[in-house]
Amino acid sequence: MKNQQKEPAPTISTEAKSGRKMIEIIGLKKSFGNQEVLKDISLKLISGENLVVLGKSGSGKSVLIQCIVRLLTPDAGTIEVLGNDVNSLNRNDLDELRKKIGFLFQSGALYDSMTVKQNLEFPLRRIKKHLSGKEIKEKVEEVLENVGLADALNKMPSQLSGGMRKRISLARTIVVDPLIMLYDEPTTGLDPVTSDEISALINQVQKRYKTTSLIITHDIECARATADRIMMLQDGEVYLNGKIEEFEKSTDPVIKSFFK
Amino acid sequence: MKNPIPVIKIKSFATGKSVKLSEKTMEKTKLITDFFSDIGNMAIFVKQVFKETFSRDFEFREFLRQCYEIGNKSLPLIAITGAIMGVVLTIQSRPALEEFGAVTMLPGMVAVSIIREIGPVITALILAGKIGSGMGAELGSMKVTEQIDAMEVSATNPMRYLVVTRVLAATLMVPILVLFADALGLFGSWVGVNIKGDVSLVLFLSQAFGSIGFMDFIPALVKSFFFGSVIGLVGCYKGYTAGRGTESVGIAANSAVVLSSLLVIIVDLIAVQITDMIL
Repeated sequence: MKNQQKEPAPTISTEAKSGRKMIEIIGLKKSFGNQEVLKDISLKLISGENLVVLGKSGSGKSVLIQCIVRLLTPDAGTIEVLGNDVNSLNRNDLDELRKKIGFLFQSGALYDSMTVKQNLEFPLRRIKKHLSGKEIKEKVEEVLENVGLADALNKMPSQLSGGMRKRISLARTIVVDPLIMLYDEPTTGLDPVTSDEISALINQVQKRYKTTSLIITHDIECARATADRIMMLQDGEVYLNGKIEEFEKSTDPVIKSFFK
Repeated sequence: MKNPIPVIKIKSFATGKSVKLSEKTMEKTKLITDFFSDIGNMAIFVKQVFKETFSRDFEFREFLRQCYEIGNKSLPLIAITGAIMGVVLTIQSRPALEEFGAVTMLPGMVAVSIIREIGPVITALILAGKIGSGMGAELGSMKVTEQIDAMEVSATNPMRYLVVTRVLAATLMVPILVLFADALGLFGSWVGVNIKGDVSLVLFLSQAFGSIGFMDFIPALVKSFFFGSVIGLVGCYKGYTAGRGTESVGIAANSAVVLSSLLVIIVDLIAVQITDMIL
């Protein structure tokens, strides 16, 4: 019933061009009560780039990406995604923009009352409304194949291990072909082998689906494996922004504590 | 040595002067402000639900699933409760009527009690426990495990998908379950009458329905719709606005039952007053 209604034309730009600014944040501030979590954060993410935001727990990394998709509203500053000011969009335009952004949650956030297949079909039926039943089935099978879990189609989330849940969650995110991928602690709670597999999968997804990625992590191995550029947050501020070599060579005690 | 009572200085709105308040007083004040802010937040929530109910892209499939979850899965509980309610009411009422030699009025009296009041209220209270806690716990755990956020960022309106469907399903299913409980209650009453007597079902029903009219059904049915809305709204509100920790899931489920049960009683009081004025 819902599929028969015609979508209003989006009034926002959601095109990705080579070398284009995908995300630009200027002077972002966010507080919870008296606690200032983000103090004047600015960053820029170019098309095709993998930016890792590194920092210890409580440094404001997760708050930062929640502000990008407006799960949280910043106190000050501007966030532009694909050239659109996220905070000034109305609900319909925000939804249009969100269709172009994939968000991998720390917990996976799979819908636990649905099977893996239903989890993958859920965003697909709502975002790619023009697809037929057969095309949806093919797309679901294709992404499951790409994350190496083709046989998990009819399993419930409770039957999956931590690593499998992350993979399925990633599959659910890429099934709608997003332009930008936001990863919130993709390797947290996983063993080192599975963490390496997830890091490799992030790189595969970037190559195969030509996505631009913002990866929030405190896992240095994940950062090494995936980053084109690293931005380190410390106490809600940008501590250092640069290539991984600059971090590796740094003699700063805070940076050295991460890159042992 | 006695510990000094900690005090907090605040500026009085009335006089503009600084007033010293103990932490205990501040805690009590916080309870009151929390209570009123909860009412305000709930009013905003109800307004959002209404707005989303009449918006496009109604999630019809999820609405049907919720009708099945609420309606079909509550049937055994409502059937047992309704039947027992009828038996107990009949057994309890018989001695009083026997004293006045009015045992023949037993079917009619029980029918009026069940259809007008006991059927709707008992069913609503049981459903407040079953549906209200279920909604509070389910939505609360979805909030804790970021499933609601995941829905939000995948361009699906969770208010429309999760809340509107549940509230409408509860609003539709509760009156149907009330009618079902009424029917089972009358059947239970017939069983109760036959414990100490011998009355055929046809005679029992003709005596029961001879005492009730159309206007006994309508107000009871109308208030059942409101009971359903209240249970759905409170259950969803408590779950949807649950905190982030796992403890908050339990709190959401518990407070959903307590508040929806209380509101069912309050709605019943208002409905009785309105019915009394109209009829």
